[in-house]
Amino acid sequence: MTVVIGFEGSANKIGIGIIRDGEVLSNPRRTYITPPGQGFMPSDTARHHRAVILTVLKEALEQAGLKPADVDCVAYTKGPGMGAPLVTVALVARTVAQLWGKPLLGVNHCIGHIEMGRLITKANNPTVLYVSGGNTQVIAYSERRYRIFGETIDIAVGNCLDRFARVIKISNDPSPGYNIEQMAKKGSQYMELPYTVKGMDVSFSGILSYIEEAANKMLSSGQCTAEDLCFSLQETVFAMLVEITERAMAHCGSQEVLIVGGVGCNVRLQEMMGVMCDERGAKLFATDERFCIDNGAMIAQAGWEMFRSGQVTELEDSWITQRYRTDEVEVTWRD
Amino acid sequence: MTPDHLVALLCPPLHNPRRRRGGNMAPEKSATVPQFLRGAELVKQGAEARVYRTQFLGRPTIVKERFSKRYRHVALDEKLTRRRTVQEVRSILRCRRAGIPAPAVYFVDYTSHCIFLEEILRSSTVRDHIASTQQSASCTVQELDRDQDRELVQEQELEQLAQQVGQILAKMHDEDVIHGDLTTSNMLLRRSPEDRGSDLVLIDFGLSYISALPEDKGVDLYVLEKAFLSTHPHTEALFQKLLKSYSASSKKSSAVLKKLDEVRLRGRKRSMVG
Repeated sequence: MTVVIGFEGSANKIGIGIIRDGEVLSNPRRTYITPPGQGFMPSDTARHHRAVILTVLKEALEQAGLKPADVDCVAYTKGPGMGAPLVTVALVARTVAQLWGKPLLGVNHCIGHIEMGRLITKANNPTVLYVSGGNTQVIAYSERRYRIFGETIDIAVGNCLDRFARVIKISNDPSPGYNIEQMAKKGSQYMELPYTVKGMDVSFSGILSYIEEAANKMLSSGQCTAEDLCFSLQETVFAMLVEITERAMAHCGSQEVLIVGGVGCNVRLQEMMGVMCDERGAKLFATDERFCIDNGAMIAQAGWEMFRSGQVTELEDSWITQRYRTDEVEVTWRD
Repeated sequence: MTPDHLVALLCPPLHNPRRRRGGNMAPEKSATVPQFLRGAELVKQGAEARVYRTQFLGRPTIVKERFSKRYRHVALDEKLTRRRTVQEVRSILRCRRAGIPAPAVYFVDYTSHCIFLEEILRSSTVRDHIASTQQSASCTVQELDRDQDRELVQEQELEQLAQQVGQILAKMHDEDVIHGDLTTSNMLLRRSPEDRGSDLVLIDFGLSYISALPEDKGVDLYVLEKAFLSTHPHTEALFQKLLKSYSASSKKSSAVLKKLDEVRLRGRKRSMVG
């Protein structure tokens, strides 16, 4: 039996999870929530993480009913993400690894999402749509790499949604994306927005500029409601995501889709992806907010796979990096 | 654009092409196939279009039918489908006028979003060609150096192909046509009748548009680069050959390649350099 503890804190979530051979023993998490109209700044986020990380660690061990001695390996997020929060979490991971005398393992955050999705859904070899506040990628596995077939050429879809929420002052609690999703359910009027798909890549910055410019005018003139804007924005950006995913599937001849990342728990996105899969006779795999949104277990799971295939990170190599592409990691645990 | 009687001749009144909501997939599909395509052979179900093989006024013809996507909002779907049909035809014509090999457009039906195109006979995709060449090359490695010459020939052949691709793309960009979905699956190698060499034919202009901006051309190449390298592992050098030939063939290449470098760096999680 291999027990891995995973530390995640690359953005505004701090999570610590414990995995024992595919079983999630515990996965507590805290979120740093900012007031409406504001995003989260790296230094404030790091301060938040520092304040709660030991409590979360205690919870993780208690809920799992384990002692440090039962842990075989300490995995942490090496990147990509915000510098200050990454440093905070890596520092704690490094410290406990030395205190407990356990090997360390630096994990790519995106790989964590993919491996967690595969574990929970049992998807075998899916085309992966990874959508979050920091990333938008269509990924497929080939020859020991998770290769990126399509991605955003500017900002991430979640970033587009978050920043739109700030423009019209939607609450960040529990998350801007969740609140947009709820409001969109009450929207009915479809407002035309820019639609930018380039091959298997997408672009969201144009949509954001357009809506930043137009939103408050449209609202004050009574042309549409905030709910209509949420609805139209979701319909547009999700259609773009489904389109590039389908194109990647057609390109790779894939019959499975796995959605991961924070935006992946949006039910409307899952629904649209499901319709596309139905039409192609493909199968959709998705998870809920526990595993879609950044969490510690996903880092533990990727760490578990890496550890079992013989990888460890030496102390002097246990740094972090803000930029770390999914396709940089050699996948030593898959054929 | 085309006389109405042609439509009547070809397409007896359509069944309501609008899809029913929900329900089973199989019966629904057949219900949405335009009547004039009922007898046609379905060649491929792509991401956004169905491709049929049929005859048009006695000629071998490929019909590309853009079907509506139920996952997207009706208004968005109609807008995208119509815009892409128009743009596709426009770009093909522009390429052909400039002497860039692309299928001839026989007929367009904007009601059912169907484009009738010349079938490119005796052809295979560049994707299959590269894959099979690579495969046979790796086989010969195992047969030891007896076949080293053959391997070299194959490598040269691929380089020649990459050069050809670079030239054609340069020409296309000089015409301000942005393909929008450059992959090796969207390029065909057509063998000449007497089997003397082969020429390259560009297909699937479904995401194309007209633009003179180096930015758009750079992104076009970036799309190809990513598709190329992810489809054909270990071909970095080959793709460099392609870019080199592109830059040699186009008058405006330096601005485009500069943009390509910029676009590459724009991917937010790119590794940090320096």
